[in-house]
Amino acid sequence: MLEIKCPYCGKRSQNEFSYGGDATIKRPQLGDEISTEDWDNFVYYRDNPRGKHSELWHHVSGCRQWFKVSRDTATHEIFDTCKMNEDFNV
Amino acid sequence: MSNSFRTTNSTGLINKDKKINFTFNGTIYHGYEGDTLASALIANGVHLVGRSFKYHRPRGFLGVGVEEPNAMVQLHDGNKSEPNIIATEVELVEGLKAKSQNCWPSVQFDIGEINNVLNRFFPAGFYYKTFMWPKSFWMKIYEPFIRKAAGMGKAPLLPDPDRYEHNYEHCDVLVVGSGPSGLASALAAAKNGARVILAEDKPNFGGSLLTDEVTIGNMSGKEWASDTISQLKSMPNVILKKRSQVFGYYDHNMTVMIERVSDHIENPSKYTPRQRLHYIRAGEVIVSTGSIERPISFGNNDRPGIVLASAAKEYMKVYETLVGKKPIIFTNNDTAYSTALEFIKNDIEPIIVDTRDSSNGELVKEVQQKGISIKFNSGIADTKGHLKINSAIIGKLDSSKESFISEETVECDCICMSGGWTPTVHLSSQAGNKLKFNDDIDAFVPDKKRQKETAIGAANGSFTLNQSLAEGFQVGFDLSNKFTDQNNPTNSPNSNEPSYEKHEKLWCMPLPSGKKPKRFIDFQNDVAVSDVELAIREGFRSIEHVKRYTTLGMAGDQGKTSNLNGLQYVSKIEKKIVPEVGHTTFRPPYTPVTIGAIVGREVGNHYLPTRKSPIHTWHEENNAVFVAAGLWQRPRYYPRGSEDMNSAVNREAANVRKNVGICDVTTLGKIDIKGPDAPEFLNRVYTNAWLKLPVGKARYGVMLREDGMVFDDGTTSRLSENHFHMTTTTAQAANVLSHLEYYLQVVWPDLDVNVLSTTEQWSGIAVAGPKSRDLLSKLFPDVDMSNEGLPFMGLVDSSIDGIKARIYRISFSGELAYEVNVESNYGLYIWKKIMEEGQSFDIQPYGTEALSTLRIEMGHVAGAELDGRTIPFDVGLNSMVSQKKDFIGKRSLSKDAFTESDRQTIVGLVPLDKKTKIPEGSHIIEDNSAVAPIPKLGHVSSSCWSVEYNNPFSIAIIKDGKNKIGKNLYAVSPLKDISIPVEVVSSHYVDPEGTRVRS
Repeated sequence: MLEIKCPYCGKRSQNEFSYGGDATIKRPQLGDEISTEDWDNFVYYRDNPRGKHSELWHHVSGCRQWFKVSRDTATHEIFDTCKMNEDFNV
Repeated sequence: MSNSFRTTNSTGLINKDKKINFTFNGTIYHGYEGDTLASALIANGVHLVGRSFKYHRPRGFLGVGVEEPNAMVQLHDGNKSEPNIIATEVELVEGLKAKSQNCWPSVQFDIGEINNVLNRFFPAGFYYKTFMWPKSFWMKIYEPFIRKAAGMGKAPLLPDPDRYEHNYEHCDVLVVGSGPSGLASALAAAKNGARVILAEDKPNFGGSLLTDEVTIGNMSGKEWASDTISQLKSMPNVILKKRSQVFGYYDHNMTVMIERVSDHIENPSKYTPRQRLHYIRAGEVIVSTGSIERPISFGNNDRPGIVLASAAKEYMKVYETLVGKKPIIFTNNDTAYSTALEFIKNDIEPIIVDTRDSSNGELVKEVQQKGISIKFNSGIADTKGHLKINSAIIGKLDSSKESFISEETVECDCICMSGGWTPTVHLSSQAGNKLKFNDDIDAFVPDKKRQKETAIGAANGSFTLNQSLAEGFQVGFDLSNKFTDQNNPTNSPNSNEPSYEKHEKLWCMPLPSGKKPKRFIDFQNDVAVSDVELAIREGFRSIEHVKRYTTLGMAGDQGKTSNLNGLQYVSKIEKKIVPEVGHTTFRPPYTPVTIGAIVGREVGNHYLPTRKSPIHTWHEENNAVFVAAGLWQRPRYYPRGSEDMNSAVNREAANVRKNVGICDVTTLGKIDIKGPDAPEFLNRVYTNAWLKLPVGKARYGVMLREDGMVFDDGTTSRLSENHFHMTTTTAQAANVLSHLEYYLQVVWPDLDVNVLSTTEQWSGIAVAGPKSRDLLSKLFPDVDMSNEGLPFMGLVDSSIDGIKARIYRISFSGELAYEVNVESNYGLYIWKKIMEEGQSFDIQPYGTEALSTLRIEMGHVAGAELDGRTIPFDVGLNSMVSQKKDFIGKRSLSKDAFTESDRQTIVGLVPLDKKTKIPEGSHIIEDNSAVAPIPKLGHVSSSCWSVEYNNPFSIAIIKDGKNKIGKNLYAVSPLKDISIPVEVVSSHYVDPEGTRVRS
């Protein structure tokens, strides 16, 4: 079980959180013309890297804030966590 | 012969003043307080415990603790029965019942032993080779037979009656194992102010200090251990846990420990858990798990009476028990000589067989000084004795040590063997530590760590006491200082122990001349040297493949005594050094863990939390039959007298159509939405338009996922300019809230909106039916309930008896209907009030079944249709999709597959005979005489008995549904062998114009 530092609450066990996928995905702007390919890339296609990964987590059983986690998908090492409007330090 | 194998000294840890009776295979024996089942049986001269896994060979005790591969028993009976329990880990308790496993009719005479005679037909990979053909035999003949023959104990068939608990702990330093290094590190860390947990698997702290003749400072090892424990006990920053095994090391320094809380107590209180599972998140973990002695492979080295030398010593020193009175010590190193000395102390002269040419170790000299001669350069070639060893064939080794020069038969009643020591690296390895091979000790030790874990003492390959203590004090201080900065080191005291000479790299004896007895490596899985040879002969090279082909190290003991011997043997045949062969992976759990402990208190009603509406007690009092809706308990129907479900549901639904019904809808998800951008946000979340919704009005909304599938639906109302009240389905309430939070926090943080769940703040009561207006007018005389005063989709605030109520005119049943919302605490009061006033209108409560019937008849969609595979078009909600604005998931709706002209859509189905109910999930096909595979048009999502037309009615989602109306098709359920001719009709079966809701 991972130990994740919520940027609002501090360190908590993984069972308080839910996983939210790749944090680098940007939703296309509302109303923009967008090709099917680009849209499919946004909806379905995700990288599955071995190593460092920026991802979203949601503190569902806590403050209910979404935030960013930089994690190694192979070792589970967490390098940093930050609020949505912040950048990782490492 | 009761307890005739006890020593006469009383320096151990058993209490001979307290007798404990127990039963083994139906015979009553007694042992003493402090005994294990193993030590008590051995003291009674019982060595034959069970039969081996594959060949059903008689087996006894090899070890004295967790390493034991053979002595597994079935414990207790009835619902407390437990299989595969290691007898060396069972503390004796009055009335304990144990029996042998894997034998029939008895452990002395076991039919299955025929496998041993036929062993040449059961080589490694036997199953893979034999049961391949014919393929059809596998399921019906081979598999059931193997299942019956395989396995050790029998799993209990009754529910586990015991109580198990879970506990979460945090500490700075967790020390696993309380031998010299563990005690030293715990003491140093605790004195330096760190929060320390010290875990010991056995009932007594001290590890090797309980059996080794050493001094620390001016105390014996044993005294120093107990002195250190008393110091630790007095410190508030220390938790001491005995009978506690840390069996798993997971990510981010999460370890899991099983504590045997009351297994050793005769009559524990009902509320004392049997075992407790501790999740310990430790800042640093010190692995001081010691080492396990290795056996030696020689002919028939598995007979009862053949034990590890260290086990024999511990039985004598801790349990005052002799494994035999005519012992042979067989060793490749010095440590076994301490076992010899212990026998001598008990006036027993052992025969000593040493593979080495000589040794000048202190213990060896001491033995020689006592006048015992040592057979150097010798080994045991074979043993005899069917159910218990009675003699050994001792051979003189030639200079290459590849064969015996001469052999002699020697009588004995036990062999105490020692092949050196293997550090217990399991936890370090589980933690991701990359092990390295240490040539000096011929074993793997922890090296590159991935987590905050440090191995010390014997677990780190440091086999001398001085080294262990020094490492313990140093590491304990260093690690604790990361947390406390107190800079308060504890000095390591002087210690004294005998010096040891080096072991010999020899773990497998040559075969005796002219014979090929089995030389076992893995006792629990019956893997012999010949099996490893065969695997390599057949081309298995990787140690992982050899392991799987032979099953070496794959038994419940996780190869604690066999892994390294197997590796050594592979490396010898392959002429590779061990590090090149590599090692297999260590995985949790280190020792078997009872399923009950893993489950803990999360059983039965405690498996999940139960949510009840504030009106729940009324439902109970009024004979409701409940159904789980997620975590909620909802009334399903309210049977009257001897009514069955169908008649109750039909009565309840018909009463809504005819008079008025009342339904508890508290479980609907409710979300309060506030902020200047709230309308804009709803406009993006829902498919329809929201900007112009007037204050005091509700609107039905549909939300999609980005892939275009319908996510949820519900009614949202505008309470004021910037304040909305959203309702969701019961099932999706939590997901919708997370979804909204995601878009507000991640995607559109510029929107100034707050969302908050208010599901539990409101109690909701639906009042539906043609008489609902008259009833509510009576209850709320100040509210104009007319179509003008409170039109469909309107809302109004009022009160009853000073209790504020919000009345929505919304309908799920398709009838004229209202929903009264009050603060949760008043839900029950208002419900009763409505029931009371409703008597004169023939009011009846209705449950979820009637609720379904009513909505199905009306063609209103719910979870069965919104199953994550339907877009708005499919479920008849296309009119809800705005063409003018963008919203979540809109772009997906214009994808090719979603705009095909024959796209699936929702329809109604009526059976042609107007009688046969169509099972939900049935397939819809065009031609039921066609040959399979028959193209499937779609499926039945919801079914009910239409109370309006008095015949079955179903909703289905089928291909090109629009153009199928009026056609006859078949609803088939191959599993139930049903084929029902049906007519396709509109899904809006009752009141398709929607006049009733607006009446």
